[in-house]
Amino acid sequence: MAAVHFHNVTLGYDRHPAVHHLNGVVAPGALVAVVGPNGAGKSTLLRGIVGILRPLDGSIHLGGLDSRDVAYLPQSAEIDRSFPISVFDFVATGLWRATGLFGGIGKSARDKILHAIASVGLNGFENRPIGTLSGGQMQRVLFARVLLQDASLIVLDEPFNAIDSKTTIDLLALVKHWHGEGRTVLAALHDMEMVRNHFSETLVLARGPVAWGPTAEVLTPENLMVAMRMCEAFDDSAEACAADDARSRAA
Amino acid sequence: MVYDALIGPFTEFEFMRRALAAVIALSLAGAPIGVFLMLRRMSLVGDAMAHAILPGAAVGFLLSGLNLFAMTAGGLIAGFAVAILAGLVARSTGLKEDASLATFYLASLALGVTIVSIKGTNIDLLHVLFGNILAMDDQTLLVVAFNATITLLVLAVIYRPLVIESVDPLFLRTVSRAGGPAHLAFLALVVINLVNGFQSLGTLLAVGLMILPAGIARFWSRDLTAMICIAVVAAAVSGYAGLVLSFQTRVPSGPAIILVASVLYIVSVLFGRVGGILRQLFPGRHLEA
Repeated sequence: MAAVHFHNVTLGYDRHPAVHHLNGVVAPGALVAVVGPNGAGKSTLLRGIVGILRPLDGSIHLGGLDSRDVAYLPQSAEIDRSFPISVFDFVATGLWRATGLFGGIGKSARDKILHAIASVGLNGFENRPIGTLSGGQMQRVLFARVLLQDASLIVLDEPFNAIDSKTTIDLLALVKHWHGEGRTVLAALHDMEMVRNHFSETLVLARGPVAWGPTAEVLTPENLMVAMRMCEAFDDSAEACAADDARSRAA
Repeated sequence: MVYDALIGPFTEFEFMRRALAAVIALSLAGAPIGVFLMLRRMSLVGDAMAHAILPGAAVGFLLSGLNLFAMTAGGLIAGFAVAILAGLVARSTGLKEDASLATFYLASLALGVTIVSIKGTNIDLLHVLFGNILAMDDQTLLVVAFNATITLLVLAVIYRPLVIESVDPLFLRTVSRAGGPAHLAFLALVVINLVNGFQSLGTLLAVGLMILPAGIARFWSRDLTAMICIAVVAAAVSGYAGLVLSFQTRVPSGPAIILVASVLYIVSVLFGRVGGILRQLFPGRHLEA
């Protein structure tokens, strides 16, 4: 199952940590919100989980999951919206795991794709080029692709940014549906109200972990204050991390 | 009369038939590559690659005279070296592909010129620069057809990852490792088609039969498959009309072909269905929904 194990994970850029010494386990089937101020390392953590950023230190284990069992929705997708591809074809790329390089898209796959497009409320958009969609519609398309990826671990980076309330409600319902199917879902979020109402578990991150546990216990004003006070800037003249020294000395 | 002008040259002269066969082969393989170059915003990369190939061809010429195989091999080696090195550097560091390519092709060009000047031979590179499709022999024609076939086969293999990598590279990275190899294979295809074209169009114009048809196609369709088909047809038509023009006038064949393509391009810019100027000036009344 899709359990994510963090062993003293430090992730960052140019030796500067953006996520510092994170330990813990995301249980299989958990629905976890990752919250924290801008620059807290939320996106960095998610990039580490899906494997596009290698940890500077420590390790992340996905419990034997293949990278194809992970669906990732980045915050600012590097999508070339001017590329001439239809909504149908774009969503169909979510079937990569089944089709690979050459696999054909048969009748049942077509039905799946159409069903995915319908479940995000985009019936009738199948033949539209993705360049003609609005921001919210594009986000629905991306959710449809995640739906088709049929992944046991789903990682969403601020999926509801700049999305109107109607679309948010629709897409949030999908997230809860995934949770109901036993998939593990991690989402970086800013809307605390949404986290309180819909996510059972929360990780408050401010470079280092501030608190992690059941949302009701973790999402307190005190913890959020601690997170807010985090210093964002990297210190160019910072020393090598002392925690590691202490540990190597102990060893 | 019309028959004499448009079909006569090809029934009468074998070199015209060979030239037509060559230009059709070039269109079939080069135009789809051009479409991807354009969509991946790499149009000028094709141009840079053409420069990178030049010294390789010159070295081949130095070593074994006017032997097309030696020149092709030299061009391929230089082109591959530059394309792959540039691709690797761009992928493993933060440097953007265009900057990485610019450094490598300039280095390649400088190296080629250095080698030539050390040898001190006064070689006639005009043939390499502008080509001569009318002097195509059977052997060369077979090489061109072979390269075109290889191109279409490889393109078929890498088509899916290439498309996904063009639209959403990050997604492809999370589901597959095919993105990197597909990109390198694509660069290799660019090189093969440039070398393929320089025997008939010359190093500097070879890229023209790839990019211009792609530019034309962009003005007539929003669909990738249709764009590729339109580009192939536009390239073949330019090739045919260019040959006729070259036969009837004194314009050299390579420039004639590219000039016809340029005229088609201008017509497309003006009258194209997708974003053409006329269409923008007179869009018609706005719709109900």
